[in-house]
Order: sequence, then structure tokens, then C-alpha cells
Amino acid sequence: MRQLVLAIVLLVLPLMSAQAEEVVADLSQSRVSITSNFDGSEILIFGAVKREDIIPEDSELDIIVTVMGPRKMETILRKARRFGIWINVESERLGHAPSFYSVASTRPLEDIIIPMMDSLWQISADEQILSERRGLPAREALLRIRTENGLYRRSNEGVTLNSETLFNTSIALPANLVEGEYTTRILLVRDGMILDDYRTAIEVQKVGIERWLYNLAYDNAILYGLLSLLLAGLSGWGASEIFRLIRR
Amino acid sequence: MQIFLPIAEVSVNAFVLLGLGGLVGVLSGMFGVGGGFLITPLLFFVGIPPAVAVATSANQIVASSVSGVLAHFKRKTVDLRMGTVLLIGGLIGAAIGMQIFNMLKAMGQVDLLVTLCYVVFLGIIGALMFVESLRALRRAKGRPGKTRERTKHTWVHNLPFKMKFRASGLYISVIPPVVVGVVVGMLGAIMGVGGGFIMVPAMIYILGMPTKVVIGTSLFQIIFVTSFNTMLHAYTNHTVDMMLALILLVGGVIGAQIGTQIGLKLKAEQLRIMLALLVLSVCLKLGLDLLIRPSELFSIGIL
Repeated sequence: MRQLVLAIVLLVLPLMSAQAEEVVADLSQSRVSITSNFDGSEILIFGAVKREDIIPEDSELDIIVTVMGPRKMETILRKARRFGIWINVESERLGHAPSFYSVASTRPLEDIIIPMMDSLWQISADEQILSERRGLPAREALLRIRTENGLYRRSNEGVTLNSETLFNTSIALPANLVEGEYTTRILLVRDGMILDDYRTAIEVQKVGIERWLYNLAYDNAILYGLLSLLLAGLSGWGASEIFRLIRR
Repeated sequence: MQIFLPIAEVSVNAFVLLGLGGLVGVLSGMFGVGGGFLITPLLFFVGIPPAVAVATSANQIVASSVSGVLAHFKRKTVDLRMGTVLLIGGLIGAAIGMQIFNMLKAMGQVDLLVTLCYVVFLGIIGALMFVESLRALRRAKGRPGKTRERTKHTWVHNLPFKMKFRASGLYISVIPPVVVGVVVGMLGAIMGVGGGFIMVPAMIYILGMPTKVVIGTSLFQIIFVTSFNTMLHAYTNHTVDMMLALILLVGGVIGAQIGTQIGLKLKAEQLRIMLALLVLSVCLKLGLDLLIRPSELFSIGIL
């Protein structure tokens, strides 16, 4: 019960004092186009802390920036030894998890906020991603694998804050990007309290030939298949002819 | 140079893909195998999702086989009649194979079946070919001048529906080639390969065809069976990546031409022993993966 009261207080408090300090931010680009030579993208997030009063003394101001990719139902497979060989013996539908999640902050997250705040605002990957299934080996494996592949990442000093007013950070989006909407959150934290929560979205989409091929493959599969075969036949024949000319 | 593949949805180095295509093309031209059994695992290794790798390599095999078969047509080393008989069996087999594949996919054990198929077939065929070629090489050295009798009279020759295959110098029943075609087509659909590595030895050892004709005829049949598979994959799973196929086949068709030239310069026994070693090493690698404890027991399922 005490925890619940504390939780409500912690959640409501920032809203009451929300006018004291606010985040004004922008992105270097709100749209990422996947072209044929797409090799990841760097998004610059910058902004300022807007305040009516003077900067309070003896207190610490921090910024946390999170970027989350589209969510999808994840299935985790587990291998075990059967008849002397390692095979998938179990598959578990875990729940919806984002394809990408990045947390950047001015200082290590643990120094900025208490675990309870992290849990309420779902900031760290451990709190954000399927936290209700914490401890389940399959869920821990999902976090471990995605972290190893650089899809879930944490940058403890990734945000720079100048004279408690101007801040900026860059988020590197990986090359194997999933299409969809990437939600960006910018949290303003003072003395462990979240004062403001600014949200914006980054749209990730295939364009040009990538878009065209993708659409054709799904909307007109037979034509796409025939085109693939034509391409294969022509290049096989073409190469044969070219080599014959060279040899002559 | 990185390139983003629209269907696979990953970004890979274009030169790595070109190299892969080229390597497989050389093998295709040399041995008359489509190279699917090699390119599919190699694509997994570069990070292409398995479903896309299987479907796209089918498309790539079409290109390298067309290029290879044209070179063989010029040397008149294609038995069209035998190829057509094998093809009829192959198409029936591919249709059956797709059914089995989809059934196992529903049961969730398709990966295991595919790997086991690879290990078992590559192991048996590789070992048989290796032993046979070694014996042939030793015989050739020991008693030069005396060649092996080509038309041995076996049970194969006692079956009905006999047909004359002039290019192969055979007069045999159509039943064995059709059966070979069905089996190869079925395995091809399940394993996502052209099936040349099974068909080539089957043509030599079961049908008794001369090695020179075997390669061209196998390539001829592979073109049509893999085209059929490509269409099935494109239509049912949408997993053919044209961009990936294009890069692979640019490397592949060039490789196939080089491979055909190399193949003509080497002796049949040498060719066979090299293919046997190659098949055995792929088998060994896949087998070890099944036997050794993986460092990560969990994996994220891909649709």
C-alpha cells in the first residue's frame, strides 16, 4: 500500500511542477529513408531547457533520451540435447518487444533516478521490455541477444548538457533497420524527479527501388517471380555470350 | 560498399555477395551442381534470414545453370532426352517436396529436418564418391590402357518401357531416371537446393551415364526445377530477394564460365574426387554444429 501511494505521488508530482522547467527539442531528421545504399543512420537530437526562473542551485539537472523501434510479437526458441544432437525443443511466444531500444543519458541512469522511477517511467531496457516476464529465461535471452547485436543499447554519457540549458545527443540507427515509427522520449530530471517528458517520432521507410521491389513482391507475387526468373535467365545467357565473344 | 536488401531487410557488403556468387558459380560450372547446398549455408553466415536465403539461392541457381548449360550445349554434352525424362520426375518431386516442407513448417521442426537431410545425404554421397574415385584413380595408374566396362548389365536394364538415349549411349527403361528425378526434386524442395550434388552421382552410378554428359544434362534439368521452386517461394512466402539475387548472379554467371573451362581441363576422376571432398567438408561442418553445444541456447524466432 505504501508503495502504491509513493508511486502515485512520484507520478503526479512532476505534472504539478511541470511548468518550472520544460524541454524544447528537435531532431536533425524526423524521417529516415531506406535507400539501396542505406548503411545505418545517425540522428542528432538537440534542444534546450526552457525555464521561467533562475537555475536552482545545489541540485542536479539530467537529460535522458530513449528511442524505441516498432514492437512485434517475439518467439524465442530453446535448444537442448536430444539423441546426441542439439535441436530446438521449445518455442515460446513471449509478447511484444521493440526491434530497437536505445537509452542515452547525461550520467549513468542509476545515479540519476531511483529504481522505482525507472520502473514507473519504463526507462531502462530491463524495465521497458517485457518487464512483467522478468526472470523468465526466454525473456532474459531476448534482452541478451538483442544487446549483443547492438539493437538494445545504453549510453551512460551519451547526452551532453551545456550550462544546464543546451543539450544534444546522437542516436546511431543500425543498418538492419525495421520499417515503422520510432518513438523518441526526452526526459528532464532534476534531483531524481522527472520534470518533463517530451515525445516525438521518427518515421523509417523504404524508398525508391527498395519500396518498389518490396511492394511488387507482396502485391504481385507471380509477376515478381517471373521477373526474377527473367533476370536470372537473361544474365545467364548474357554472360555466356560475352564470354564467347571474349574467347574469339 | 554496403547495400540494403529490400526483402531480406538487412544491409550487407556487396563485394562479399559478389565473391560468394562467383565461388559458387565456379563450382557450378566445374561439377554441374547448382551450388545451392553451398550458397544457402554461406548466406546464413552473412546474416541473410534462412527463408530468404533458401528462396533467393534457388533463383541464383537458375542463372548460373543457364550460363553453364549454354557452354555445354556448344560442346554437345547435354542429353536432352534424358534431361526431359529427369525433369518430368523432378517437377512431380518438387511439388511433393513442397507439401512435406509446409507440413513440417507447421510442426516447427523444419530447420532440423533440413540440416539432417544435408548431413545424411552429403555424408553418404561424399563418402561413396570419394571411395569410388580413389579406386578409379588407382586403377587408372595401375593398369593404363584398360578402361572399365561401361555398360554393365544390372537390374536397371531389366525394367520395361525402354528408351534409347543416344547422347548417353544408353538403352534403358525410363523408370529409373523418372524415380531419380522425383527423389532429387523432392529433396531439392525440402533442402532449398537444385539437387545436382545428388543427381550427378545418381546419373553416374545408378543410370551409368558417361561423366561428360552428366554435367550438362544435370544443369539442364536443374534450370527448370529451380525455376519452379523460385515461383513457389515467390508466390507462397514472398521470400525471393531480387536485389540479392542480382548481385549473386552477376558473380555467379562469371564464375560458371570460368568453372566450365576448368572442368574441361581436368580429368573426370580428379573432378569427382574434388567434388567428394567439398561435399564431405560441408557435411562435416553441418554435423559438428549439431553435435557441439551452442554458446547460446536461445534464439529469436524468425516468422
